[in-house]
Amino acid sequence: MGAPSMSIDVARIKKDFPILGRTVRGGRELVYLDSGATSQKPYQVLDAERSFYETSNASVHRGAHALAEEATIHYEDARELIAAFIGAAPSNIVFTKNATEALNLCAYAFSNATALARQGAPGRAIDPRFVLSPGDSIVISEMEHHANLVPWQELCAKTGASLRWFSVDDDGRLDLSNIDALIDETTKVVSVVHQSNILGTINPVREIMARAHAVGAVGIVDGCQSVPHMPVDIADIGADLFMWSGHKMLGPTGIGCLYGTTEILDAMPPFLTGGSMIEMVHLEASTFAPVPQKFEAGTPMVAQAVGLAAAVRYLTDLGMPNVAEHELALADYTIKALTSIPGVRIIGPGSAVDRGSAISFVVDGLHPHDVGQVLDNEGVAVRVGHHCAWPTCRRFGVPATTRISPYIYNDESDIDKAAAGIVAAQEFFGVAK
Amino acid sequence: MNLESLYQEIILDHYKHPRGRELLAAPLGAAHHVNPTCGDELTVQVAVDSDGRLMIGYEGQGCSISQASASVMSELVTGLAPGQSEVIRQAFLDMMRAKGTGEPDEDVLGDAVAFAGVAKFPARVKCALLAWMALQDAEIQSGLLTQQSKDGDS
Repeated sequence: MGAPSMSIDVARIKKDFPILGRTVRGGRELVYLDSGATSQKPYQVLDAERSFYETSNASVHRGAHALAEEATIHYEDARELIAAFIGAAPSNIVFTKNATEALNLCAYAFSNATALARQGAPGRAIDPRFVLSPGDSIVISEMEHHANLVPWQELCAKTGASLRWFSVDDDGRLDLSNIDALIDETTKVVSVVHQSNILGTINPVREIMARAHAVGAVGIVDGCQSVPHMPVDIADIGADLFMWSGHKMLGPTGIGCLYGTTEILDAMPPFLTGGSMIEMVHLEASTFAPVPQKFEAGTPMVAQAVGLAAAVRYLTDLGMPNVAEHELALADYTIKALTSIPGVRIIGPGSAVDRGSAISFVVDGLHPHDVGQVLDNEGVAVRVGHHCAWPTCRRFGVPATTRISPYIYNDESDIDKAAAGIVAAQEFFGVAK
Repeated sequence: MNLESLYQEIILDHYKHPRGRELLAAPLGAAHHVNPTCGDELTVQVAVDSDGRLMIGYEGQGCSISQASASVMSELVTGLAPGQSEVIRQAFLDMMRAKGTGEPDEDVLGDAVAFAGVAKFPARVKCALLAWMALQDAEIQSGLLTQQSKDGDS
């Protein structure tokens, strides 16, 4: 096993995160291992948001005053920086509330286009790729977060399309053996996760997107767990639409990002409508602004965009290849630490190959809630439950799992504390082997 | 606040050795409740015996708190006259909402007073309540309890 990269100086990084200095549960040092749910925020992000409100706060894209101009520059500069982080142009990035909203924006493009086509909408160009009917299919996988499952179920219910999915093998990998049968001429959408939030698996999304495009389907990739943890080049993935959230990558809550190719974003009808997203408004009908404004109705999340840009700067300074290397080493360390405890079983890939550092496990004879409670008592914060991936839990025959998900501010000593807590839980409940 | 205050001996004992954990042959009503944040599941069934006394069946999967609570509940309410279970359920609910303050009435709650410490852990309150909420719905479904009593306790 290689030691975590020397280029990530965890001790120095920790000093940037004020929350990591606090104690919990009667003076225990906080060991935060729940970054898959949300990451902590460094001073650089907190300061950027505060500074924006202190010096430049105003509504963007309107108003003739100095502050409005400055706020707009901050907002659009943030878009440029965030877009560049995945190798995209700023006009291909839409800000949303979170990744869930971004996925709903995509699903609603289909249901709105279908409704407009049924109704007949004079003067509206409706792209047939977004019009669904019975006989069409939507392809996802058995390891999707509910955010990349429920919107498609709803879309199927509204249009008569049917939902299909890639199954997951015992090692937590997608079974692609039937990809050509699964994604066929009936397929209109293929939407899969880049890196599973529950299993940690990194999926071969480039291959899946290529197959989607071969049948003329719109290809979507959920990047919530990949963008914060590894270098992502959107051109390399080949997705038409790609989304992630800001708060999992050191940024504030309340902002997510949707990438779309110009051609696809232009073809999609708007999701939320109202102010800021229009070109011309008459009482009878309206026309819409060009992308990305077409998808940004209402006052946007300006301070959050500024904060997320600061997070992007922070990660870029560390170097995403270094972040990925650090996490792979931690994944390897965690897998070995967990599997050395009798009675502990990892749910997901059992080796640090094509996987992230989010690692789910079950402990024989113990429910994840009880494991998490004992860890919490030791100051160790982990996620317990189904991780918004209930069908994935069912696939592995478990009601829930405990998940360790480290980030740049964690090192082996944190994993050691988690491992010691698991043994303490086994002893407390009398199930130690 | 420590682990022992949450996981009382009685709770651990009921978790490891659940009482009356089986389904009824002929339930009058049943309810399946889940805790969607953690995936705990519980089915509670009710019936009455030849003397008109309450019978409980249950099965489920979940954490120690949710499963022990079901076991303790089944012991407490089995054999009661229909309706009497509401008195205990209300006392249990009050205890869970007291955030660890106040003195639960052991005469009413019996072994269920062991769950008093759970009230100090807000994330676990729903685990402890799962069985009692399912019982109430099962009783309403069976006609042993009216909907009004449910509407009245929120």
